Amino acid sequence: MELLKVEGIKKSFGRTNVLKGIDFSLEKGEVLAIIGSSGSGKTTLLRCLNFLETPDLGKITVADHVVFDSEDKKRKSSREKRENQLKFGLVFQSFNLFPQYTVHKNITLPAVLALKKQARKEKLSASAKNEAIAEIEKKADALLLQMGLSEKKNSYPCQLSGGQCQRVAIARALALDPEILCFDEPTSALDPELTGEVLRAIKALKGNDHTMVIVTHEMDFARNVADKVIFMADGVIEEVGTPEDVFGAPKSQKLRAFLQKDKDI
Amino acid sequence: MLSSATQWFTNELPMIWERFVNAFMPDTLEEFNTIAQSLWGGFLTTLELFAMTLLFALPLGLIISFGSMSKFGPLKYITKVFVWIIRGTPLMLQIFIVFFIPGIVFNNPIFKQDRFLAALITFVINYACYFSEIYRGGIESISVGQYEAGQVLGMTKAQTFFHVVLLQVVKRILAPISNEVITLVKDTSLVRVISVIEIIKVAERFSSQGLLWPLFFTSIYYLVFNGLLTLLFGYIEKKLSYFRA
Repeated sequence: MELLKVEGIKKSFGRTNVLKGIDFSLEKGEVLAIIGSSGSGKTTLLRCLNFLETPDLGKITVADHVVFDSEDKKRKSSREKRENQLKFGLVFQSFNLFPQYTVHKNITLPAVLALKKQARKEKLSASAKNEAIAEIEKKADALLLQMGLSEKKNSYPCQLSGGQCQRVAIARALALDPEILCFDEPTSALDPELTGEVLRAIKALKGNDHTMVIVTHEMDFARNVADKVIFMADGVIEEVGTPEDVFGAPKSQKLRAFLQKDKDI
Repeated sequence: MLSSATQWFTNELPMIWERFVNAFMPDTLEEFNTIAQSLWGGFLTTLELFAMTLLFALPLGLIISFGSMSKFGPLKYITKVFVWIIRGTPLMLQIFIVFFIPGIVFNNPIFKQDRFLAALITFVINYACYFSEIYRGGIESISVGQYEAGQVLGMTKAQTFFHVVLLQVVKRILAPISNEVITLVKDTSLVRVISVIEIIKVAERFSSQGLLWPLFFTSIYYLVFNGLLTLLFGYIEKKLSYFRA
């Protein structure tokens, strides 16, 4: 079953055409790696999926539900916007944890705020509210355990290493049960010796049947984890296929040059 | 040479000391107590103006800063021109204008009865404009990633601002705000131009009768109060040092 379908996404900033028509689809439980040199449009594509940029043209569908369509000019209600937003989760290159909150509160805050708002609107009883909050907190504990960060529960982000921060950010994104979890170069801001722990954490998610889109510069990681690899160049998908095809038998000249450059380093 | 120095110490110095004592020291403890008490009465007005100004100007400044950061052009430029006028003219002049305008323009001198209110309105507007620029600097210095994280986590703009951004802004602007607050304590002395009886106005009554020490003694009130404020800001800074923003 097709979970994510992206059709004809175009995006330009001023006169620069960053995305020139992107089409791809993704099955449930699949891991997609997007590779390509800087400026090829990978990050912009990911930001379009997460509503951080609005595509000029195109359509995005998640499980037969249209979440974005440039033809549809009707204004969406804030509730609908939020529902569409939460179909995707995003882990940023620079973590973007909330510095004033503990690790645990970073994970629970978005859900707790949403719950409190709902409780006010629907006049939920205090006990029902507290029960739901306890549920959110239990889930955060479980996610921290999964990320191997249970002892860091009450630490603040400034007390953690970059790798630990990024694992907290992954737990925070998972706490909202996104249908598709996106990663924007999740290890690019890390010291080389810290990339391993983050990549292992992402790899472990694959076993849990998470659908993921990963923009990455780590070729070995893409090769090992992805079910599908997209190579982008100059705002178009230059080549797409299984890791074996893309890394083993690259067809386009640009992809061969790109892979060669990666080997040279 | 040596003898003239000795002479200075034996003849001149006692005279200088005496003049100093006459100017700066009360004659009796009773005189000191009475005058210190009436100065305290004036200082209560100073404190009231200070506290009420902060109470209204701190939130109003936030609203003005939203205006000057607005994406709606006219609102943004009207706000910026307003802030330019308020910051670009003397506070003393603004006090006069607010005090006299209702009488001149509307033939209704409402502030004749309540001079303090005229002073308070002027101070709130003036300080809100200064605060708004400090807020704007603080808000614009927060990385866009914090807002984006809020958005992808399904938080509303208001939730992101009040639960994520605001405390980080507070931490960053604490030093410039403490500057403004301490300046405010001293600026309150300007309201005597419309005869609001604050501490310096009280002291001036004595100095016009030839008694100078009360005027100089007002500095002790300001110094002690600003010392307390400095301690308070140091305490808040320490309270917020548990995170890095």
